[in-house]
Amino acid sequence: MALTGLEIYKLLPQTNCKECGLPTCLAFAMKLAAKQAELKQCPYVSEESKAKLEAASTPPIRLVTLAGEDGKLEVGNETVLFRHEKTFYHRPGLFIRVKDSDGVPSIQEKVKAADSFKVDYVGIPLTVDGFAVESASGDPATFEAAIKAVREVSKRPLVLMSSSPEAMAAGAKACAGTSPLLHAADEKNWEGMVALAKANKMPLVVRAPTLEKLAELTDKIRQAGVEDLILDPEVVGYSDTLMALTQLRRLALKKNFRPLGYPVIAFPRTGTNGKVDQVVLAAEMIAKYASLIVLDRFDPAEVYPLLVLRQNVYTDPQKPIQVQPGLYEINAPKDDSPVLVTTNFSITYFAVSNEVEGSGWPGWLVVADAEGMSVLTAWAAGKFDADRIAKAMKNTGMEGKVKHRRVIIPGQVAVLSGELEETLPGWEILVGPREAVDIPNYLKAMWK
Amino acid sequence: MPVTVELPKEKWAGKVREVTLGATPAEGGTRARMLTIGGEGTLPGLRFDGDLPHKPIIAIEIRQRKPEDWSPLLLKAWGTAIESPVEWAKAAEAAGTDLLYLALSMTTADGKPNTSDAARAVVRQVLTASSLPLAVVGPGQAEMDNELMVAVAEEAKGERLLLGVCEDKNYRTIVATAMANGHLVQSKTPMDVNLAKQLVILIHDMGMPLERIVMDPTTGALGYGIEYGYSVMERLRLAALQGDGMTQQPMIVTPGEEAWKAKEAKVGEGVPAAWGDWSARAVNWETTTATALIHAGADVVVLRHPDSVKRIRALIEGLL
Ligand code: B12
Ligand code: SF4
Repeated sequence: MALTGLEIYKLLPQTNCKECGLPTCLAFAMKLAAKQAELKQCPYVSEESKAKLEAASTPPIRLVTLAGEDGKLEVGNETVLFRHEKTFYHRPGLFIRVKDSDGVPSIQEKVKAADSFKVDYVGIPLTVDGFAVESASGDPATFEAAIKAVREVSKRPLVLMSSSPEAMAAGAKACAGTSPLLHAADEKNWEGMVALAKANKMPLVVRAPTLEKLAELTDKIRQAGVEDLILDPEVVGYSDTLMALTQLRRLALKKNFRPLGYPVIAFPRTGTNGKVDQVVLAAEMIAKYASLIVLDRFDPAEVYPLLVLRQNVYTDPQKPIQVQPGLYEINAPKDDSPVLVTTNFSITYFAVSNEVEGSGWPGWLVVADAEGMSVLTAWAAGKFDADRIAKAMKNTGMEGKVKHRRVIIPGQVAVLSGELEETLPGWEILVGPREAVDIPNYLKAMWK
Repeated sequence: MPVTVELPKEKWAGKVREVTLGATPAEGGTRARMLTIGGEGTLPGLRFDGDLPHKPIIAIEIRQRKPEDWSPLLLKAWGTAIESPVEWAKAAEAAGTDLLYLALSMTTADGKPNTSDAARAVVRQVLTASSLPLAVVGPGQAEMDNELMVAVAEEAKGERLLLGVCEDKNYRTIVATAMANGHLVQSKTPMDVNLAKQLVILIHDMGMPLERIVMDPTTGALGYGIEYGYSVMERLRLAALQGDGMTQQPMIVTPGEEAWKAKEAKVGEGVPAAWGDWSARAVNWETTTATALIHAGADVVVLRHPDSVKRIRALIEGLL
């Protein structure tokens, strides 16, 4: 658990010699607690204190990194059970599974489609994080060939899935120069898997059907010298998944239980009875504590909502995602192009700008500083009123940019038009549609 | 060496209140069954910490008039049933809903403002067409809501309808008529823990028993602010379990309405190809929104598409 500034101070020399660059040991302790300084800046800390401070600063859930040829993924290091308590930090990785037995052409087709998948969500590019290659054939050469085939078409991080150390060795060889996740060490094969993970410096999944067995196994593996671990509690179905993942998160955070202080990998498998659905279970895993999620299928209509959910759940509750207030020029506007006003909440801004852009109309989008709130929220909070809109129009110098004097406001704040006529003398206030989707039709009908 | 793992348990001091919707003939109504919601002594699905006596329930939203602005996918899913509240109610029952959620319209079929008589008639028809418990909400304009709800409450006296929507600016009339006619109310506030508590207190202060109030903490759709509602719901549920009495109402949310406002669900043309198949994406949008809210503590999810109903049903059954 993290120590407070005062607790850290007690472990420092308390001589105020200033060599750390701060006036007092206490000041240095406060910086350390705020993670704005590093312990090594003080040359005089005793070995004993150092050990204590390091132990206390070890995160309760280890940060583990997967690296592909291009790009890496960090998971773990979460500190809360509920996002409102602080925030969730490392978005769970979304991986797509392929089987080596499917044959190279079919594997490459699936991987290519998923690798190039990209959607823009409020200016944030959403993509899948990597691929899990499974040795379904059991044959090392086939596994190696499949991995090579995947690497030919994607540079993203990989998860290698096999319970045979022999196949895994072939897989690790095919991944030289990168750091894939090895899935998985279990009760039977762990020594072989540990040897591979150690030799190749690759992170390793530890798999067991109960939390006791999982803890037992991670203990042994840590003693054997592998620390970058990920847990697979082998959960199936909505209930088991929720309970096991919650218990793991609680054990790590509330009990600081080291043997299970690792990120979790989960597989939202559809199962044979068809009762479990990949999207619904993956959504549960995103909300409730999975760090890596391996999907069987790649379907954009499924991956897109899941990636958006992940983005939403992992947004810092303290900071609404916002854009810079100011003037945005869309499709090279001229002095006769429409002027539209909106707020600087990212979701609002992108809803509007995407529509104007998609409509092909050139337009001036004036983004008022509404402290990152949506149209109605900002209006209700007094952050998007006639004064603020007038100020935004002035700051962006709209008067000098267009010949006409017509400005379109969001339909949801139609009530502002009266006041706006006063704060924006000379301008005609047009009330636009309530929803951004209707902007293209509105412009076609109204802007002559 | 075997390791013992001592699972951290929460000992919660409080629990969510039980609220019963619908009245059977024995209770003075005509419904085939009563639906009890709430009662949770633990967070969603976490049976190791406490009891979960009732599963969350599903409501399907039906309208007094065919909603012309709904996504074509929804219109297609309900077919001609959507033209008539009676057929729609039957279709919703067949689609497996627990509760019917009837939204009254601003206008009647001839385009004139809705009237109490029309509202009475449609509620009577729906009650006759289906024996499921019923919720009725106004079109969302204060004056009209009040007028229609008084009529509806009288018409269905004793049925234990859930009446809405009570908001801080407009709740007195609806609460009074619900009390006088043996109904329940939906108390809606904009994503804020304190506002949610406050409105429950105000409604309770009028004499409405807490066993007859369901809170609607408001939700946004996936991609359009769901995270705010999600966290408010988690905070309300934690407060309830910690023993804060005025947060212990069961929660109703409307992921169907919110998700189907989102462009991802509503439109199929002129959107990026990477968004995938429209119909699948749209239903996934609603289902994913509802899934997250069930995990945040929803007791009632109001949905729109029959496929989402099936999938959320499977989640509810699998979870509890
Ligand atoms: C999420 C949310 C919040 C979040 C804020 C999120 C944020 N960063 O803005 C939180 C929880 C913080 C919040 C707080 C409040 N909220 Co609020 N909130 C919502 C909610 C659920 C969704 C808003 C949203 O994000 N919409 C999505 C965005 C994209 O929509 P939008 O900005 O309107 O943009 C659309 C259109 O307007 C249009 N558009 C936008 N710009 C333009 C420009 C032009 C030219 C055109 C043509 C179109 C156009 O395109 C967009 C897409 O269609 C709504 C209810 C709802 N479901 O709508 C209530 C709502 C807006 N909130 C409301 C209220 C009252 C509040 C509070 C005052 C409550 C309180 N006292 O705590 C506070 C105010 C904030 C404060 N004091 O700090 C009310 C407003 C009621 C009213 N009519 O006055 C609403 C409507 C809820 C309700 N029914 O009561 N809220
Ligand atoms: S260098 Fe160490 S001993 Fe000197 S002031 Fe800084 S913290 Fe104190």
